[in-house]
Amino acid sequence: MIINHPYLGPRDAAEFVYLGDASLLERPDWQSEDAASEFHDYLHLRDNVAGEMRELWFHEQGDRSWLVVTRNTITHEVIKVEMARDVAQKISNGAAA
Amino acid sequence: MKQEFRIAESKVEKEPILHFSFNGKTYAGHKGDTLASALLANGVKMVGRSFKYHRPRGIFSCGSEEPNALVTLKTGQDVEPNTRATVIELYDGLEAHSQNHMGSLKYDLLAFNDILSPFLSAGFYYKTFMWPAAFWEKLYEPIIRRAAGLGALSGKEDPETYDKGFLHCDLLVIGSGSSGLMSALTAGRAGASVILADEDFLLGGRLHMEQMEIDGSSSSAWADKAIAELSSMPNVRIMPRTTIYGSYDHGIFGALERKTDHLKSSDGKPRQVLWRVYSKRSVLAAGATERSIAFGNNDRPGIMMAGAVRAYANRFGVGTGKDIAVFTNNDDGWHTARDLAAKGVNVKAIIDSRSHVNITAPEGVQTHLGTNVINTKGRHALSSITLSNGETLDVDCLAVSGGWSSNVHLTCHQRGKPQWNEQIASFVPGGELPVGMSVAGAANGSMTLASALQTGRDTTIEVLKDLGIKAIKKALPKVEDEASETSVFFHVESGKNRAWIDLQNDVTAKDVKQSHLEGYRSVEHLKRYTTLGMATDQGKTSNMLGLAVMADASGKTIPQTGTTMFRPPYTPVPIGALAGRSRGKEFRPTRKTPSHKWAKANGAEFVEAGNWLRAQWYTKPGESHWRESTDREALATRKSVGICDVTTLGKIDVQGKDAAEFLNKVYANAFGKLGVGKVRYGLMLREDGIVMDDGTAARMSDTHFVVTTTTANAVNVYRHMEFCRQCLWPQMDVSLISTTEQWAQFAVAGPNARKLLQKIVDKEHDISNDAFPFMACGEISVCGGTPARLFRISFSGELAYEIAVPTRYGNSMMSILIKAGEKFDAVPYGTEALGVMRIEKGHAAGNELCGTTTAQDLGLGRMVSKKKDSIGNTLSEREYLTRKDGLNLVGFKPVDESKSLQAGAHFITKESEPTMANDEGWMTSVCYSPNLGYSIGLGFINNGSNRIGETVTAADPLRGNTLDVEIVSAHFIDPEGERLRA
Repeated sequence: MIINHPYLGPRDAAEFVYLGDASLLERPDWQSEDAASEFHDYLHLRDNVAGEMRELWFHEQGDRSWLVVTRNTITHEVIKVEMARDVAQKISNGAAA
Repeated sequence: MKQEFRIAESKVEKEPILHFSFNGKTYAGHKGDTLASALLANGVKMVGRSFKYHRPRGIFSCGSEEPNALVTLKTGQDVEPNTRATVIELYDGLEAHSQNHMGSLKYDLLAFNDILSPFLSAGFYYKTFMWPAAFWEKLYEPIIRRAAGLGALSGKEDPETYDKGFLHCDLLVIGSGSSGLMSALTAGRAGASVILADEDFLLGGRLHMEQMEIDGSSSSAWADKAIAELSSMPNVRIMPRTTIYGSYDHGIFGALERKTDHLKSSDGKPRQVLWRVYSKRSVLAAGATERSIAFGNNDRPGIMMAGAVRAYANRFGVGTGKDIAVFTNNDDGWHTARDLAAKGVNVKAIIDSRSHVNITAPEGVQTHLGTNVINTKGRHALSSITLSNGETLDVDCLAVSGGWSSNVHLTCHQRGKPQWNEQIASFVPGGELPVGMSVAGAANGSMTLASALQTGRDTTIEVLKDLGIKAIKKALPKVEDEASETSVFFHVESGKNRAWIDLQNDVTAKDVKQSHLEGYRSVEHLKRYTTLGMATDQGKTSNMLGLAVMADASGKTIPQTGTTMFRPPYTPVPIGALAGRSRGKEFRPTRKTPSHKWAKANGAEFVEAGNWLRAQWYTKPGESHWRESTDREALATRKSVGICDVTTLGKIDVQGKDAAEFLNKVYANAFGKLGVGKVRYGLMLREDGIVMDDGTAARMSDTHFVVTTTTANAVNVYRHMEFCRQCLWPQMDVSLISTTEQWAQFAVAGPNARKLLQKIVDKEHDISNDAFPFMACGEISVCGGTPARLFRISFSGELAYEIAVPTRYGNSMMSILIKAGEKFDAVPYGTEALGVMRIEKGHAAGNELCGTTTAQDLGLGRMVSKKKDSIGNTLSEREYLTRKDGLNLVGFKPVDESKSLQAGAHFITKESEPTMANDEGWMTSVCYSPNLGYSIGLGFINNGSNRIGETVTAADPLRGNTLDVEIVSAHFIDPEGERLRA
């Protein structure tokens, strides 16, 4: 597979390390009343998507940036690639991911 | 050495003569021959025995689809079994042997399998050798393996080397036949960067195997001209002997280039190169493969594909027989008769299953329409054929054509699903093709020369348009369309004579029908039950026959029956090529510590720690056992001073305004208030509350920390910290970089550690106990201005420092430290002594931070600060993880001090049975303590902290080493920590 890095252009997937669902960006508030169950869901509950999925990839053999890759898990088509930091920034500014 | 069957001028070069041997006998051939064409030129008909029944078999095809002619090349360590004679390029001195016979090829002792054939039909192994189960491995399997099989490997290391590489192009053209050449010419002339790959050593595909005209000259001459033009283009890379074996995501292809297989010796060069080709677009011009027809005894040497018979005559100048008949279901078979007749080969008859045709036979050739071949004779080679009209013809070669199947393989490696085209009686590419792929020529069902040229050009013009490249308009070469009518007919009912479908796996029409009767309804099940279409040829000439017979048996149509899944590789790829240079020690990179040279020169034994090689101990003259060396090193360190290279621990530079706050969130314990010039032990949790890693963080300035990790987790921790920084707290002003390889770091431990260091640390840096107390850190210089970092931390429990210098000074630093320590009898120590001292001190390491243990288990529960958010904090409070009687890390010693402890032993109370239900914990680390004089251990046991002094049983039934142990404090040495503060 080829991932089109926003800064570095098309890179082979072999340069990356895969983590999983990009929902990991939305870490719960530790002071929330239901923190324990929110963290439980955050850590363990994932949708097993057949189709478009947002995933976290780490460019370990490259510039060491985390990317949010929107990919079709059936066709492997890469639909969108974003810097995870930009996405996380938006989340912390209160926008929906 | 007369080549009796060499008949005419061809693409092979007459001079010089090449000599080769087959089964020990020497023959002559020419440059441009394959092993198969050279054998046929010499009249060698029988080249092997079949897989299961040991039937005599001959050369069947002229390409990579060959099911029969598998031979073993070379001998000894170089031996290469199961290569197809039809693709082996002849060289002088080539040595080949036939396979799968006991005794000589002609008088194979296992030929009696053929007589037993009524008992050896589909599923025979599954049914016969089911019981007793114990007999399978010891008795049945070895016998079956010996009788039924292919060639054998040498069992020695492959002496050849292999390489890997990467290629990029606008357009990859797969196949160099008529449509492939048109495609490459069109793209090349337009200036696109093109790779043209073909598995053959002679580019041009069928153009050299036919007698057709293009632009008034022969098709072969036209191909040579096209190749010459392409060779002159700097933007075109021509890759003969290169198989595109797989199509992967996003225009990536796997290619195997055979660099030296056509030479007698590789001469030190890589034998094969495995390429990863990145293409923006691809044109698949892989052509088509001829398939056979099943009829009685259709497997004898001399029965061949009609297209191959024609190719041997046209390309190689070889007649495959003296009296040849053609059996066909389509017009193409008639072209074989035409070409052979033109070369003066005696064609006795054309037998066509169709009762009406629109094509004429060459003069003097009898035709039998609406007629089939029903049986054949000839023990070691074909001698006669019997027709359905009762006639018998004496022939030594039968050219069979069941029509042509488009080579759809690469279109199916992702989600493609071939579609049946009734008109050409072939599956053609369908469904969703791999990204960027177009298909042209016969691979797409354009079976005539004119249509292949045209689709090759037109497809490429479309592709170029897509790429934004303007094509140069040029008229198509002039050709006349050849007759190409065909029919769907693959199986002649053969009564009690076996009609072979898959020659490579000895599968007959009867096996296919039987498999259907036994309930194997899916074509995938048929394949697995009968082995139809398996092994090196993947049924390229036989699958169609199997489908047709199965469709017939089930009353379905061929498209309803469908094909089995096509998967990479298209043809076999040697494991050696897939491994490339990643063999033996080169399988992974080897990381050497900065003091590696010094260590090697000073008696170090090395141990692999991940990719690292670390000194395990240093053998002194007179020491014969590792324990002697290790005990000496540990004792000397505790007595005076020892030095250990600890560079392998991960080092991460953390810088920025928010560096302290960042570490406060990454570590479970608090870091916000750590003063500049101070080091703190840090405990890192995973988000699920389990311990991930531990290490130290040294505050070099307000905005700069140096973090260490364990050796094993260096990569994971760095990745995790980048995740935290970029994905969780993007607003923080902090940057990270790994500096593990930039700093050489040494532990200097023991009561004389300070005195030693004072001899090399530059005078302006005061490292007295007052100025530089336990857990201090700072930037210093050594040896007159060399920059260094000094940390007063201790893993051994002694007065200890870790000193870091830029890596390039590492090896010198080691010898300088040892020299400076001469007066104190300083010793270098390895990982064994390091381990002994940390166990004596009760420090956790990898065995304790094993991915299942918590801070509470480790006795560090109070370190987890509840006043802040940090990774793992919330979930570390889960009920089970915080239970009162959970595991605790404690020490153990044997009740009988002469006994040795074993890591991995499980603890049970003294009177209980060694069962999982009674399991109370396990021993994690053990060593012999030279300071205490007996074996000691660390381990986890339920409620251990409150059970000091209790005796339990350390059960080790697996190794028969169960003994009673006493629970003690994990701190065997200096529990108050006075030494490290001294």
